[in-house]
Amino acid sequence: MTSGKPTMIEFQDVHKYYGDYHALRGISATIKAGEFFSLLGPSGCGKTTLLRTIAGFEGISSGVVLIDGKDVAGVPPNKRPTNMVFQSYAIFPHLSVAQNVGFGLRKDPRSVADKARAVDEALAMVGLSGYGARAAHALSGGQRQRVALARALILKPKVLLLDEPLSALDKKLRENMQVELIKLQRQVGITFILVTHDQEEALVMSDRIAVMFEGQIAQLDSPERLYRLPKTRAVANFIGTMNFLSAQILSEAGGQVEVEAQGLGRLQLDAEKQVTGTPSTNGATIGFRPETATLLFDGQQASDRETMATVEEVVYYGDMTYYDVLLDGTTAPVRLSMRNVFGRPVLDIGTRTRVGWSPGALVLFR
Amino acid sequence: MSEPLKRPRFWGSQAASGLALISPTALYAILLLAAPLAATLVYSVMTDGYLTIIPRFQLCNYIGECHAQLADGTMAPEAYLGAWSDPIVRTLMARSLLVSVLVTAATVLLAYPVAYFVSFSVDASRKSLWLFMITIPFWTSYVIRVFMWNVMISRTGVINSVLQGLHIITDPLQMSFTLQAMVITLAHAYAPFAILPIYVALEKIDRSLLEAGQDLGETRFATFLRVTLPLSMTGVIAAVLIVFIPTIGDYVTPNLIGGGKIPMIANMIEKQMLKADNRALGSAIAVSAMLVVGLVSVIFLALNRRYLKGPT
Amino acid sequence: MKIPVLRIYTVGYLLFLYCPIVILPIFAFNNSTAVAFPLQGFTTEWFSNVFHDAVLGHALKNSLLVAASTAVLATVLGTLAARANTRYQFKAAGPLMALIMLPMVLPEIIMAMALLVVLLSVGIPLSLFTIVLGHVLVCTPFAVAILTSAFQSLDKSLEEAAYDLGEGPVSTFRLIILPLVMPGIISAMLICFTISLDEFIVANFLGSGEPLLSTFIYGQLRFPKNVPNIMALGTLLVGVSITLLALAEFFRRRGLARTGAKDSGGFL
Repeated sequence: MTSGKPTMIEFQDVHKYYGDYHALRGISATIKAGEFFSLLGPSGCGKTTLLRTIAGFEGISSGVVLIDGKDVAGVPPNKRPTNMVFQSYAIFPHLSVAQNVGFGLRKDPRSVADKARAVDEALAMVGLSGYGARAAHALSGGQRQRVALARALILKPKVLLLDEPLSALDKKLRENMQVELIKLQRQVGITFILVTHDQEEALVMSDRIAVMFEGQIAQLDSPERLYRLPKTRAVANFIGTMNFLSAQILSEAGGQVEVEAQGLGRLQLDAEKQVTGTPSTNGATIGFRPETATLLFDGQQASDRETMATVEEVVYYGDMTYYDVLLDGTTAPVRLSMRNVFGRPVLDIGTRTRVGWSPGALVLFR
Repeated sequence: MSEPLKRPRFWGSQAASGLALISPTALYAILLLAAPLAATLVYSVMTDGYLTIIPRFQLCNYIGECHAQLADGTMAPEAYLGAWSDPIVRTLMARSLLVSVLVTAATVLLAYPVAYFVSFSVDASRKSLWLFMITIPFWTSYVIRVFMWNVMISRTGVINSVLQGLHIITDPLQMSFTLQAMVITLAHAYAPFAILPIYVALEKIDRSLLEAGQDLGETRFATFLRVTLPLSMTGVIAAVLIVFIPTIGDYVTPNLIGGGKIPMIANMIEKQMLKADNRALGSAIAVSAMLVVGLVSVIFLALNRRYLKGPT
Repeated sequence: MKIPVLRIYTVGYLLFLYCPIVILPIFAFNNSTAVAFPLQGFTTEWFSNVFHDAVLGHALKNSLLVAASTAVLATVLGTLAARANTRYQFKAAGPLMALIMLPMVLPEIIMAMALLVVLLSVGIPLSLFTIVLGHVLVCTPFAVAILTSAFQSLDKSLEEAAYDLGEGPVSTFRLIILPLVMPGIISAMLICFTISLDEFIVANFLGSGEPLLSTFIYGQLRFPKNVPNIMALGTLLVGVSITLLALAEFFRRRGLARTGAKDSGGFL
């Protein structure tokens, strides 16, 4: 993983105001060299603003931004060791592909031949060999994105910034590009910082993710930890789906917490591995992911605990089926996901069924 | 720790750059447009002198009788009438208003179908070609076009000779020196000014709105009246103003087509400013004309304000 | 079959618009001083008169000089204003732009007259220079309109991308912005040139004894004998104007093609 690697970017209590609007509210974080880092959050959370403060297109109102150990306050974008791939790709329409890619080399002291070679290498790296002479405005969206990548990477920046680079592509193309970006990052080895609102994308590509809401970082963690142990209900809801059941904390002792959960009865949870969040006035909540509970068909044994439920809704997805079931003793349905197995029927609405679950897969939000 | 800066400094900011960039053009407009207009206003309340203007405040250029100041400092014995007191000026003003209103109405009404045609019945790829064809006449010399109209409608001109040659009439029609001729010429001159704003407004109308209406059972004409027309009103209003305001200031057409026999207010202004050297009075007439125009425009806008509100 | 009423109407309307311009060349070659049918035979006498008229030649030179100066000045001012308005936000933008665009809706006589009064009071003598001043006032709004549209079709990220890749504001303008708005600039210059060439009212008010084409024509119209000469001159003028406009349109379209933007039809 990335621990032990040197820090490339550091935010120290960064605030930013647009007039009276508090866009960034005290961001403190570090991004390590060579990692694939994502800024994830809904529209308006400040992720793009934060990215642009790294690039130098936005200033900050207070705090410190360090790139490779240096405070970059007052340093304009053209002097920072970063390069950006813009959301609209910003390909210069009046230039050819090769001219676009080689644009940043204008002041480079190398010979024309050397520069041309560098352009060819960059194009090869993004899979656009031979496209050099094409007019830039005649390219497809996916091709433009690659040109933007080549244009940025040819300058060998220490950090590559990507502002929602895949949002304009259709699903198939997006999935292909996700894999290509990962490969590219490993090949080049520099820090990639990606801004996206698509949590699946962030989970697939990142070494670590910073989830942002309303100008603050809610949680900064690896994808697995974010998924398994989200710090707040908001983060839990944003990443994947999470089912919530109300619960009451009965007692805490010796690293164990005893809880009475709606529909699931009395449980014991590990305080360190399963309990999260800050105490709220709404009372505690038990959360679990759809794939951690199973519908038990006739003859199947529960591997741990078991309870009864009624099927309320069935959503068929091809490779998965989602069942919304109402557990006995609860008031709102929870969602379970089942992989479709060849030969196994899909249950009807109204069916009474057994549900297998395990206390070890639960999360307790205080 | 100190409060983070809420408002960035001005210098070096966006606003400063923008202001700096626009300043040459803005200064030019202020010096050569705003200042002279203001000066005109000031002159209109001053005294006319011999080849100069004397900074002595008087309102008689607008109402009442004025005396010009002679070169030797005494007041001239003959009085001249202020703008609103002079029946000639009032007549001219009324006539100019009438002509402008007629021209505007004719131009906008005739222009609307053309704008509609290009917006709705023409292929997207051909639209700019049609617009180009429509605007070309506008870019050619105004004087020449007016002159050509004059030539065409004269007693021995093209129209008469064609009509007589085809034996539709025996005696030539008297078209020159008439009000109708002036209206037609001006309508011709300002046509593209009317077509373009209406076209732009029509283009902005979401076509699916119209289809929705038809889907609900309306006839095409009803859709036009209830949906298209109201939504295009901003364009119509713009067209009205863009034609009305400059038309009042036109004096070439009255001179040529009207033969000097049907002068409009602008001719009067020209006379006072250039020929009679009474700049105070000329300014007063000009300001009065602009006030009337402004008043009519404001009334027009107020009557139509429900079309101007809301998102377009 | 459905009668294309609107199409017929529009074509008829266009005929009405083009009437005077079309008649012009017909009678410019007509062997008669009367502008009426039937035609009297072909002649190029009027055209040769035009080419040999010394005063006219002088007026033509003046007009070209004024038009060229106006085109350059108005385009420069228009570019600055359009760029400032599209790229930056500042509170004074609204009122200043309204003032700059005002000449489009003011009667020319009012502007010309106001300017005349001020120039005379300040003691500046009337000359070709003062005509240029007036023409720039009239033409700048058109340049602003054309260039605003050109600048608006520029993606703001293009500028940021240039900075990101190492360029400064000046080199960004030179390498990225200028090439992309160049068709708009050329368009604006051609349009301003044409407007100035054909403009009469300001030229009449702010000119001195030096003749311009438009004032020259106006003066000649009183003499029926010279009418055919004027027709010939008019034909040439109209021909030049249309050519320049076609060029301006060509450049506007080429500009759109280069940036891949959509054609919204015309200078709006």
